[in-house]
Amino acid sequence: MVSSAYITLKDVVFSRSGRRIFDGVTLDIPKGKITAIMGPSGTGKTTLLRLIGGQLRPDSGLVSVAGHDVPKLKRRDLYRLREKMGMLFQSGALFTDLSVYENVAFPLRVHTALPEDMIRDIVLMKLEAVGLRGARQLMPSELSGGMTRRVALARSIALDPELIMYDEPFAGQDPIAMGVLVKLIRDLNSSMGLTSVLVSHDVPESLSICHFACIIADGKVIGEGTPEELRAHPSERVQQFLNGEPDGPVPFHYPSGDTASDFGFPGGAS
Amino acid sequence: MMDRIAAFGRVGIETIASFGRASQFLAGVVGGVPKPSVGFPLLIRQLYAVGVLSLAIVVVSGLFIGMVLGLQGYTILSDFGSEAAIGQMIALTLVRELAPVVTALLFAGRAGSALTAEIGLMKATEQLSSMEMMGVDPLRRVIAPRLWAGFLAMPVLAMIFSVVGVIGGMLVGVEWLGVFEGSYWGNMQASVDFVDDVVNGIIKSVVFGFVCAWIAVYQGYDCVPTSAGISSATTKTVVYSSLAVLGLDFVLTAVMFGNF
Ligand SMILES: Nc1ncnc2c1ncn2[C@@H]1O[C@H](COP(=O)(O)OP(=O)(O)O)[C@@H](O)[C@H]1O
Ligand SMILES: [Mg+2]
Repeated sequence: MVSSAYITLKDVVFSRSGRRIFDGVTLDIPKGKITAIMGPSGTGKTTLLRLIGGQLRPDSGLVSVAGHDVPKLKRRDLYRLREKMGMLFQSGALFTDLSVYENVAFPLRVHTALPEDMIRDIVLMKLEAVGLRGARQLMPSELSGGMTRRVALARSIALDPELIMYDEPFAGQDPIAMGVLVKLIRDLNSSMGLTSVLVSHDVPESLSICHFACIIADGKVIGEGTPEELRAHPSERVQQFLNGEPDGPVPFHYPSGDTASDFGFPGGAS
Repeated sequence: MMDRIAAFGRVGIETIASFGRASQFLAGVVGGVPKPSVGFPLLIRQLYAVGVLSLAIVVVSGLFIGMVLGLQGYTILSDFGSEAAIGQMIALTLVRELAPVVTALLFAGRAGSALTAEIGLMKATEQLSSMEMMGVDPLRRVIAPRLWAGFLAMPVLAMIFSVVGVIGGMLVGVEWLGVFEGSYWGNMQASVDFVDDVVNGIIKSVVFGFVCAWIAVYQGYDCVPTSAGISSATTKTVVYSSLAVLGLDFVLTAVMFGNF
């Protein structure tokens, strides 16, 4: 698996505002496959994508993408590497002052010198791939949440990247939009041979489309493998997360003092 | 007591750190000069948003301030029988002080706050991050044209303010209160010096334009990307810009006109 890894993280340590978010994360993401990274909210899934994209630098450890040591890249080379990466942000992040068409055309206009009619062909092709060719003249404010994400998806594949990262693509979507996104992610992976990294806390959807998955909690990878391997994983924490149990190794209660004394009952340690 | 001293020190350190961040940010913004074919249309758009859209408030304020100057000047000067000097008084007050300062304050309220809110919103909705991930530097693509537009628009707006103010003063002084038109313009022409007054006024507004635009784009870029963060950044833009303009105005005035 190591030989075919597109992204390698090794002993990555990362802190933010004095809080340790990753405490030695080691992870290989294979080329041409869909890898799901799951974990509770606030564990640093988005942060992980930003480390891969070079927007953040780890305190220590190795982050390598397509053979490049990302934190050590010069600005120029980093920007060049990013042209091979697409990222679908949680909010879609469409440019609000540009139409759907112009949003998808944006990376093409910036990074290529293609003539206008070729840009038009590519944009329409990408919009067709997400089923929104007819929506090209709309402004982002006129789109539903699901459509916004599809346009953002069309934009992130405009330059035919090698890698695409999805940040919580299913969060807050209705069942139909969710189904559409699941299908799109799977189709794009198989038709374009994209390496896909999917960050999510929606367990069933993620496990249904990924080839590999890993679960992050408390700054560490607590379980990884194929969906079947994970479902049969011996760790109680992995099972609690996968099955959504309210109490378990991750306690229901935020660490708190003694109940009796907090409520002022006699007999409480005070 | 120790806590107070510590808190005071912390505020000091944070202020210096944020000033350092702002300077670093400025270097990143003005460092790269884009291709004219890319940069120029972006700049034009921002000149429209920042300059043209501020025109209405600048013209209206200039007119009223000129008219008020006309009234006050006439009242004071007529006591000495020298109401003919009203043109000189209005022009010098406007060109040296009021046009650069009031335009800058209006600019901070109208354009600066809008810049901060717009950039803050782009940050909160991850538009800036997504641009970065597309291999486009938002400092150059988003921030630089806005900074330059503010820098270029302010002197022009201040000049328009002066012109409109002089016309407003004439409406009141000449048309209404009956000062002789020849002495209104003649006194003005004789007393306003191009280098000492006009150029110094323009230098002031260039400095103010730069500072206001810098504060506005930096506050937007540095804001906490939430709705509360954006609104507090917008407030900070207006407060910091106003204080900076008034403080700098004193310094500049002392340097320009202080050698008695
Ligand atoms: N700009 C920031 N400054 C400081 N802390 C941050 C910042 N962004 C995120 N964090 C913290 O980092 C942790 C991980 O955030 P994130 O990667 O967004 O989590 P996830 O995407 O898994 O929900 C969170 O606890 C969050 O509070
Ligand atoms: Mg997240």
